[in-house]
Amino acid sequence: MKIGAVTPLLAGTVGIALASCGSSPSGGPSGSPDPFNGSITVFAASSLTSAFNTAEKGLELDHPGFTAQYSYGSSQALVTELVSGAPADVMVTANTSTMQQLVAKGLVDTPQALCRNELEIIVAPGNPKNIKTLADLATPGLAVVLAAPGVPVGDYAAKALAAASIKLTPKSLQLDDALMVEQVESGNADAALVFVTDVVAAGSKVVGIPIPDAQNVIGTYEIAVLKTSTNMAAARAFVTSALSGAVQTQLLADGFLKAS
Amino acid sequence: MTRDVTRRPLIGLMVPAAVAVLFIALPLIGLLVHVDWGNLPSQLVSGNVLTALRLSLECSIIAVAVSLVIGVPLAYLLARASIPGRRVIRGLVTLPLVLPPVVGGIALQTALGRTTPIGTVLDHFGIVLPFSTAGAAIAEAFVGFPFLVITVEAGLRQRDDHFEEVAATLGARPWRRFWRVTLPLAAPSIAAGAALCWARALGEFGATITFAGSFPGTTETLPVAAYTSFEGSGQIGMAITLSLLLLAISVLVLVVLRDRWLGALR
Repeated sequence: MKIGAVTPLLAGTVGIALASCGSSPSGGPSGSPDPFNGSITVFAASSLTSAFNTAEKGLELDHPGFTAQYSYGSSQALVTELVSGAPADVMVTANTSTMQQLVAKGLVDTPQALCRNELEIIVAPGNPKNIKTLADLATPGLAVVLAAPGVPVGDYAAKALAAASIKLTPKSLQLDDALMVEQVESGNADAALVFVTDVVAAGSKVVGIPIPDAQNVIGTYEIAVLKTSTNMAAARAFVTSALSGAVQTQLLADGFLKAS
Repeated sequence: MTRDVTRRPLIGLMVPAAVAVLFIALPLIGLLVHVDWGNLPSQLVSGNVLTALRLSLECSIIAVAVSLVIGVPLAYLLARASIPGRRVIRGLVTLPLVLPPVVGGIALQTALGRTTPIGTVLDHFGIVLPFSTAGAAIAEAFVGFPFLVITVEAGLRQRDDHFEEVAATLGARPWRRFWRVTLPLAAPSIAAGAALCWARALGEFGATITFAGSFPGTTETLPVAAYTSFEGSGQIGMAITLSLLLLAISVLVLVVLRDRWLGALR
């Protein structure tokens, strides 16, 4: 499985090759029909948008009979939709507690850790308010936005602030990481606490201020197949491919950390 | 006899008509079925709901007040005066009626955000509209305002203006005629317009969350709170309670305005 150095394009093919012959979730020995057949719907935390869109495009190229539809959103919102009966085959959450709600309801197979993510402070380019540490966020008069409670990145931010005994009143509690980036970029907010991957995705629009490991909160993303999947073979093959090769390489490129 | 014949319903129309009634009624019934009636009283008086309710009332009343102060004069001018570009102005004013509220929020952001020219001037005086209650009220006024203008203008147009003419022949000066004749005669339509504007402002969501964000006590109005409960923390029970509260207020508005709306059809 040492394919980390392979270029993403090649890794796509290698990863898929590994996925389709590495394990045989559909029960057949090697030479069995390609599990990547038909279409599946993947519900994923919005921070995975870039990684999945980039890496998984290769799947559809390599398997002409296969299509994946992605629905990105806040993990909690996606859980709410699934509990209400939204049809999906694979679910990826940005924390373990939202996935746990699906486990408790018996809606998913045993989840697996996909990757990890940590927090970073974002400020406008040039850091006009000279924010250097987590504690600086409590500076009076500073407009800070956080994600709402229940949204994974919001829960992590609350945990990090509480652990550092930093009390601050955010200006707004957002449901969406991209919106926090927009608010800092537009200057309506001075700073926000987001995932480090949001900073990578934002490019030069905002500047990230790293938070030391001792103060940071590292969250685990989980992936699982829905028990109600109508294309179980493809769903399982998709999960296997996401845990290996190309997708993992892309996740690291996007700023995620390895699952363990 | 002919009357009875024409009044007899066509069976072929009754089926789609029944579907139409169910289409509206079923979601509301679903909401009522899922209300946790046992916990409803305690949820309604919980801090979050009361905070959101108070904020919603505050913002919507400010929105109506702002709309009255600037909307009634505009409606009067649109109805009575021959001002240039009247049709363009009317079209512009009614635009928020059909504009997706989220677009209104983005537009407000680009015009009044903290780093915009206007925002910079306001910031100089210590006023920051995004993430503030004033910002939420402005977003609500933006979407509610057309309801007031249209209703008042229609009210002013429906009546002939001979009372004003009589007042003029009796020597009343223009301001006096406006205050003592025009406004009192327009009072019913102003009241109806204000009620519609208020109802729309109270239910406003898209422009508010886009322009003003969401924070309890500052910008998290009832609809925003319902959305955050549903989407953010997955507290569907709380979202349903908040929805029920908004539904009750909507029914109340309908009851208050029933003569105006339903009466005309009787």
